[in-house]
Amino acid sequence: MARALLDDVIDVYEARSEPRTEALPPTTARSPARPAGLRTSFWVGWLFVAPALLFYGLFVLRPLLYTFWYSLYRWDGIGPSTWVGLQNYSKVFTDPDLLKTIVHAFELIAFFSAIPVLLGLALASTIRQIATSRLALAARTVVFLPQVIPLVAAGIAWSWMLSSTGVVNQVLSHIGLDGITRAWLGDFSTALPAVGVIGAWVLLGLCTLLLLAGISKIDPALYEAARLDGAGPFREFVHITMPSLRQEIGVCVTVTVIAALASFDIVYISSQGGPGNATMVPGLEIYYQAFSERQVGVASALAVVLMVLVLACVLPIQWLTRDRDR
Amino acid sequence: MIVARREIWTARTLLVLLMAITVLPFVSLFTTALHQSGTYPLGLDWPSEPHWGNFADAFRAAHMGELLKSSLLIVAGVVPASLLIATMAGFAIGHLRMTGSRLLFLVFVIGLTLPFEGVVTPLYYQVRELGLLNTRWAIILPLIGLFMPFSVFWMRAHFVNMPDELSEAARVDGANTWQLFWRIHVPLATPAISSLAILLFLWTWNQFLLAIVLVDDPTKRTMAGALGAFQGQWGTDIPLLCAGSLLILTPTLVVFLIFQRRFVSALLQGSLKG
Repeated sequence: MARALLDDVIDVYEARSEPRTEALPPTTARSPARPAGLRTSFWVGWLFVAPALLFYGLFVLRPLLYTFWYSLYRWDGIGPSTWVGLQNYSKVFTDPDLLKTIVHAFELIAFFSAIPVLLGLALASTIRQIATSRLALAARTVVFLPQVIPLVAAGIAWSWMLSSTGVVNQVLSHIGLDGITRAWLGDFSTALPAVGVIGAWVLLGLCTLLLLAGISKIDPALYEAARLDGAGPFREFVHITMPSLRQEIGVCVTVTVIAALASFDIVYISSQGGPGNATMVPGLEIYYQAFSERQVGVASALAVVLMVLVLACVLPIQWLTRDRDR
Repeated sequence: MIVARREIWTARTLLVLLMAITVLPFVSLFTTALHQSGTYPLGLDWPSEPHWGNFADAFRAAHMGELLKSSLLIVAGVVPASLLIATMAGFAIGHLRMTGSRLLFLVFVIGLTLPFEGVVTPLYYQVRELGLLNTRWAIILPLIGLFMPFSVFWMRAHFVNMPDELSEAARVDGANTWQLFWRIHVPLATPAISSLAILLFLWTWNQFLLAIVLVDDPTKRTMAGALGAFQGQWGTDIPLLCAGSLLILTPTLVVFLIFQRRFVSALLQGSLKG
């Protein structure tokens, strides 16, 4: 979503030359004495932006500043607050429980990003050949379902799938793996990966379709030429598919990394951060610190750290994958 | 193109597998919802006598009627207002390009990656000061603001592509800026606006964090927020919980199936532009 931040903000279309006048109201009789152009007064333009800016300022920028401000105080949300400088930040980086939430967020990236993107790439490049078949069109609808339903519903459905009598264990016993069945979300060692699987399920379809859309833009002649030169599916993938998909891969990675770092809904519903703190993530910790522990300062410091982390991950991805040909 | 048969069959198998994995959790919800309420059935098990009545029970327990009304009110508060002010801003930044519009655009873009958790704590106190806590306004007003970065970004991307000649001609005919916007540019922007409408509808309907933080009463929340409360209340009665979840899912599913083409392309474009 920060693509534009690095993209040139310059309007490529400003220089568009050929006049497209077919949709215009009749201008026949008069010929423009001077180019009236878009010489709108400065104030009119700002008036058009004003309502959007007002809402954005009031409900995003103002709270954003307050998050920074609160992070420098110790405050229980009711009584008087005490200035503590950067103490809340040092707590975030030294308190093992708080630090662990950040570690968990990064572990979730492996599930939320790596699995959907890699699996999506493999799927998309295999499906490529039947991308226009009726089966693929039906799949487009089905695979999109996880994007449409609330994450809360995905959390509930998967908590049930992963429970001790759930489908996952049923399948495992069926194929003779009785030994490893368990309540996946209740076990200290498997709870975080189990949460990760839910995220992977939600994001796999989106990534696959995005990548498939990218692949279908590649000139089929390239593949034919590769085939004639004796390339197999793997070399095709490495030499044709991958390089052409840089932008789409960048989008998938960006969207999924943000989903992983800022995860809240899925964890809140499926594990509440437990067992113990095994699945506690920054988003949920902020919520608990602010509204149950009444440590508004700590919650805000963690929120600032989270926002910085998101930017620190997203900006390099955008920079690496942006389309340099433009 | 010469394609080996084997590859096509691999592709088909994988595609079917992907669909199966996507649908499996829904199927499990459905079969479980048909079991005797209060029991703890297997994940995938068709009951000997399906209890269709569970859906009616869940409908009452979840106050579905009120929930639908509440979610619709919130959507009605968020989506049209966001569309109008974002289109105006996108028009000014992308098309009028007055002095300072690039800086303005950057200010909006800063908000694109912002996780809602980053501002939710101050929002709580701010909404409380405004005396709006536990009302639907507590969700509506902040959401309009939080959707602005993406919406303005999206509409600007449309208006940047509109040729200047169009506006010049209208100007010559004596249109003022508002007429230019409302009579000429808004009608031409309908496709971009309707895709944005779909995305905003979905994001509002599924909004969870703001709903649970800012509104205590589940019947004044969004659908997703209400589902969270439903889980808290009925979490131990698995069949009822599954039936309730399916009911709460149904409205989005119906809307999705009706507008699926538009949905898929809006969501794909939405993430590509974003």
